[in-house]
Amino acid sequence: MTRINVTVDGVTYEEDVEPRLLLVHLLRDRLGRTGTPIGCDTSNCGACTVMLEGRSVKSCSVLAVQVDGQDIVTVEGLASGGTDWHPMQRAFHEEHALQCGYCTPGMIMAAIDLLKDDPDPSDEAIRKGLEGNLCRCTGYTNIVRAVRRGAHSMSQDPEAAAAGARSAEEL
Amino acid sequence: MIPASFDYVRPASLEEAVAALDGAGEEAKVLSGGQSLLPLLRMRLSYPSVLVDVGRLEELRGIRDEGGHLAIGAAATHDEVVRSPLVNAECPLVALATATVADPAVRHRGTFGGSLAHADPAGDLPAVAVALDMEFVIRSSSGERIVAARDFFVDYLETALAPGEIITEIRVPKLGDGWGFHYEKFHRTAQAWATVGVAAAVRVSTQGGRHIEEARVGLTNMGSTPVRATEVEAAVRGAELNGQAGTNGSGGGGSVNGHPRSQEGAAPGNGNGAGSAPHGGPGPRGALRQASELAAEGTSPPTDLHGGPGYRRHLARVLTYRALGTAARSALGG
Amino acid sequence: MTEEIDAGMVARRIAEDGDLSEPAPGRNEVGAARRRKEDARLVTGRTRWTDNIQLPGMLYVAFVRSPMAHARVTRVDTSAARAMPGVVAALSGADLAGEQGSLPCAWPVTEDIVLPDHPPMAVEEVRYAGEAVACVIATDRYKAADALEAVEVDYEPLPAVLDMVKALEEGSPKVHEAGNRSYVWKFGTGDVDAAFRDAPVVIERTYVQQRLIPSAMEPRAVVAETDGDFFTLHSSTQIPHILRIMLAQVTGIPEHKLRVVAPDVGGGFGSKLQVTAEEVILLLLARRLGKPVKWTESRSEGNLTVHHGRDQIQRLALAADADGRLRGLRVDLLADMGAYLMLVTPGIPILGAFMYNGIYKMDAYDFTCTGVFTTKMPTDAYRGAGRPEATFAIERLMDELADELSLDPVDLRRRNWIGHEEFPYTTVANLTYDSGNYEAATDRALAVFGYDKLRAEQADRRERGEPVQLGIGVSTYTEMCGLAPSRVLGSLSYGAGGWEHASVRMLPTGKVEVVTGTSPHGQGHETAWSQIVADALSVPFDDVSVIHGDTSSSHKGMDTYGSRSLVVGGIAVVQACDKVKEKARHIAAHMLEASPDDVEFAGGTFRVRGTDAAKTIQEVALAAFAAHDLPPGVEASLDSEATFDPENFSYPHGTHLCAVEVDTETGATRIREYVAVDDVGNVVNPMIVEGQVHGGIAQGVAQALFEEAVYDAEGNLLTTTMADYLLPSAADLPEFTTDRTETPATSNPLGVKGVGEAGTIASTPAVVNAIVDALRPFGVKDVPMPCTPERVWRAVHGGGS
Repeated sequence: MTRINVTVDGVTYEEDVEPRLLLVHLLRDRLGRTGTPIGCDTSNCGACTVMLEGRSVKSCSVLAVQVDGQDIVTVEGLASGGTDWHPMQRAFHEEHALQCGYCTPGMIMAAIDLLKDDPDPSDEAIRKGLEGNLCRCTGYTNIVRAVRRGAHSMSQDPEAAAAGARSAEEL
Repeated sequence: MIPASFDYVRPASLEEAVAALDGAGEEAKVLSGGQSLLPLLRMRLSYPSVLVDVGRLEELRGIRDEGGHLAIGAAATHDEVVRSPLVNAECPLVALATATVADPAVRHRGTFGGSLAHADPAGDLPAVAVALDMEFVIRSSSGERIVAARDFFVDYLETALAPGEIITEIRVPKLGDGWGFHYEKFHRTAQAWATVGVAAAVRVSTQGGRHIEEARVGLTNMGSTPVRATEVEAAVRGAELNGQAGTNGSGGGGSVNGHPRSQEGAAPGNGNGAGSAPHGGPGPRGALRQASELAAEGTSPPTDLHGGPGYRRHLARVLTYRALGTAARSALGG
Repeated sequence: MTEEIDAGMVARRIAEDGDLSEPAPGRNEVGAARRRKEDARLVTGRTRWTDNIQLPGMLYVAFVRSPMAHARVTRVDTSAARAMPGVVAALSGADLAGEQGSLPCAWPVTEDIVLPDHPPMAVEEVRYAGEAVACVIATDRYKAADALEAVEVDYEPLPAVLDMVKALEEGSPKVHEAGNRSYVWKFGTGDVDAAFRDAPVVIERTYVQQRLIPSAMEPRAVVAETDGDFFTLHSSTQIPHILRIMLAQVTGIPEHKLRVVAPDVGGGFGSKLQVTAEEVILLLLARRLGKPVKWTESRSEGNLTVHHGRDQIQRLALAADADGRLRGLRVDLLADMGAYLMLVTPGIPILGAFMYNGIYKMDAYDFTCTGVFTTKMPTDAYRGAGRPEATFAIERLMDELADELSLDPVDLRRRNWIGHEEFPYTTVANLTYDSGNYEAATDRALAVFGYDKLRAEQADRRERGEPVQLGIGVSTYTEMCGLAPSRVLGSLSYGAGGWEHASVRMLPTGKVEVVTGTSPHGQGHETAWSQIVADALSVPFDDVSVIHGDTSSSHKGMDTYGSRSLVVGGIAVVQACDKVKEKARHIAAHMLEASPDDVEFAGGTFRVRGTDAAKTIQEVALAAFAAHDLPPGVEASLDSEATFDPENFSYPHGTHLCAVEVDTETGATRIREYVAVDDVGNVVNPMIVEGQVHGGIAQGVAQALFEEAVYDAEGNLLTTTMADYLLPSAADLPEFTTDRTETPATSNPLGVKGVGEAGTIASTPAVVNAIVDALRPFGVKDVPMPCTPERVWRAVHGGGS
């Protein structure tokens, strides 16, 4: 067992873990952060995407021991008080960018991440930026619209973007 | 899926890392970003006894200008490489190819050295390494050695690294002025490995007519190791660029590579209707095309779900032509 | 020339309409693009996936699976696994043989069908790679995974049976003792020999519907628990109600002692329309061990063992007159069943039998389907289930016929389709299409697409011999969905009916609970049913909640598949609301001291005709609850239920047009434009409809271009991961332009038609037609699916298929 310290959605945890424990299993099975699901074995689907030290990573392909001392934000950490949604969460809702919702946590995290480099992305840039996240329900058309809308809200109203527990910058 | 048990150490220095590897024997593995290794562990295709985590070692990070070459820390992430002003200024081919590795989240974790050490001939970086004659600085308890890229890749997923050895940095020679670059990746979906990829660097002279003075060509997934297309390089020397590749920057109708973004990789000659017979036969071609016809010489491409050897050889020729053309255009500032 | 419409303008118009997330005052809820109630938990991660469930003392199950396609199991030794730390039990098929029963097939399509025993865990013989041979149960999932490697299994290899044609040959190795032919099912109308005799044109083709892996994003998961008497099973399933009945029959656990829950379910597309080995075994383990047990599959396990889709060889012949008028169609199918018949395996190709004529009139039709066993994962429902295959066949044939006759493919279709004035129309396959307007949808699609302009560009590229050619694919489809009239299912030997159930409860505070027998897993029923009820009872949209997916709270239903939920389940909701209103009218009349005959309901209020005396439905609900003063003989409840059994199928239709650029030098293809104009009748929520169409198109496109489950010569699945089985990402698909025409269904009071499968059914032939169209100058008549760059390139250079 290896002792690690990790901050998840603003809460600091100290855990003894087997070295082989996957970050996503730490989140789901140990810390109860079941908002982040698992969709594959090969880091293709991106359903498990979280922010690690502010950038998107696939939590199925990171060991818990590797994140010792680091900061993680999951989809559950985006909305403050559970009610004040991040603009990207609102945009996914408004544009009907989810159906079954299984890919949605990862898709939202990837979308927020891509806006950090390109706050006003073209459709092509959005599609490329999301290439590591698979959705089987939507055909992506509405996801692209949602990311566009989310980008627009975040640029029009930075306060709204910051209204969630963490702004895009903090993520 | 779930990895089998292993021990884990996170040494505080390179020296400690080397010592840890030395003590752990053949079943030890170096863990850097883990983006190649973790899927293998999860599928239980690899059973290391101990993982030596070098991902946070400052000594292995960073990208430095060393005069004649850039030194890219083995644990520099793909993302850091792609963003690096140094890499983009001095060795743009590295940035171009690295930007096509996997997807953004994987590039945030995956490392330059890790990807090369994985030595997957379908990976995008090995072909660039051989094309640019990169050198691998390798450390072990018995000291440091330097291995040229052409000697580094030994076989499928197999490198010159011995147990106890670790890559500390990769040296990328600067090519100097007048070069243009392109990485032409052909894959069925954005997530799919390259069916074939071509890394091309071209030096163009404008003295006495535009022509190629020198070229470097590396091929992805055309054998069990990355392939240097030396026959193309030799044949293309002196090739004139009279309007064929050099000036047709717009590329016309665009090549299609299976997804929207590939429009950028427009084939030279596409869209201007210049002598492309619809049946795709050899037709009249310039020296660039003739040289590209040699791209598959000496290769032994694999058969997999994305294509057989014959198709891959054909692709290598077509993509080499396109990559050389695009690289030449970029050399000319187009 | 067709009228041209700016596609961007259409998209904007839809987007603007979409902004009407609430209906204008006085407008109906039905028709508004209500944002979904489901989203709140899904975008914030407060989801209820089955794998999220953790119970005290829970044990974790993992399965040892056969690495061989076909073998005799000669020894299973679990002793070393049992000795490992944290391992509670390890069991082989033999250990479970006495209680595991046989997995059910509810659709034995013929009297003499070969329906082999299907033990949930193999006992003596494995018949596909991935079949479970043992399981281990441990205190956590990591220990369970470790223990798998300690189970020793000896196999004695038997010959794999992989090729359907060879499987039917004399002397082929057998999958089952009774042979490799499961059934032969025939259907026909008219004099097909006469139709072909002296026909000026006959188009004969063989198409292969490749094997597909449905790939719902949520891998399957099962949690089973018992208190020793009563059992609860959580499963990522589309069919909690059917599952409960089937599990009771298989395990012997009485139906009333078993509750099945489908919590949040992350997509299904037919793949979770199944009674799985793992569900049965988890129940048995809960019973045996007395502890809650959980199993969650990995993606690689899922690719091996979630039932696959399609996998048919279609031998087709179409006879026509010289002017293109269709005379007759012959269809001879080989359908790969895989190793066993699962829940509706044999019926899937039969669902297509009535659709091969598509939207066209013809004189005669002949259909034969042979179900064939192979040593592969069984096939079963995958989005469209039989109908995509049929639509692909007829729409590809229509393009081939058009080419043969040098007709424009749209023109050929016009000459043959059922005119809008001819509905209701009974087809050559004996279905009666209630309504449709193929002219309107096609004209709209052509205009949005800019058909003439793209044809001109195509001609130009051909003329100039450009390496990148342009192709245009047409698909004018209809389908039969809304499964299904029970009498029809009965006539097809299906094991159950096709009705759906709903109940509507008026709560004392005037709020409404709707219990539905449908089991949504992404379709948005909570939202759409709320809209329907809001209109029916004139209550606010937000005052309605929808209960589903748990047999203890939603006790009766036929679940969600076959684009049935709205057109069957939604109508049951409407009928239950009608009953609520009727009960309320009597109580309101009593409250208003009027005759029920004089009380009318409008705008949420019961009013005595011609007076101001009125009671709101909420007041009536409270009065019913208080029950202080009810009319004699009237019970103290407005709650009502309804079971709706449709008279007919639902027949959505539409026209999909696809423009594909084909790089003749590499074989790469890129979809440049995709326009879909669908007619799904009246629409409850246009936003949800558009989403269903988008997703459906994506899956159909993926069959055309990317996906294929590949077995090697030994019967090992090569596409076990998402790295090998290529699913398209956002970067691989274009934006889809969608629009609608609305021709109301006449078969239900809402005038609605199913939409869940339409996009998938329509899009595959549209894409392949476009690719073949691009390559016609090269003599290409077909490119097998998926149309990989290598296959496209080979087609170009081989001068054909």
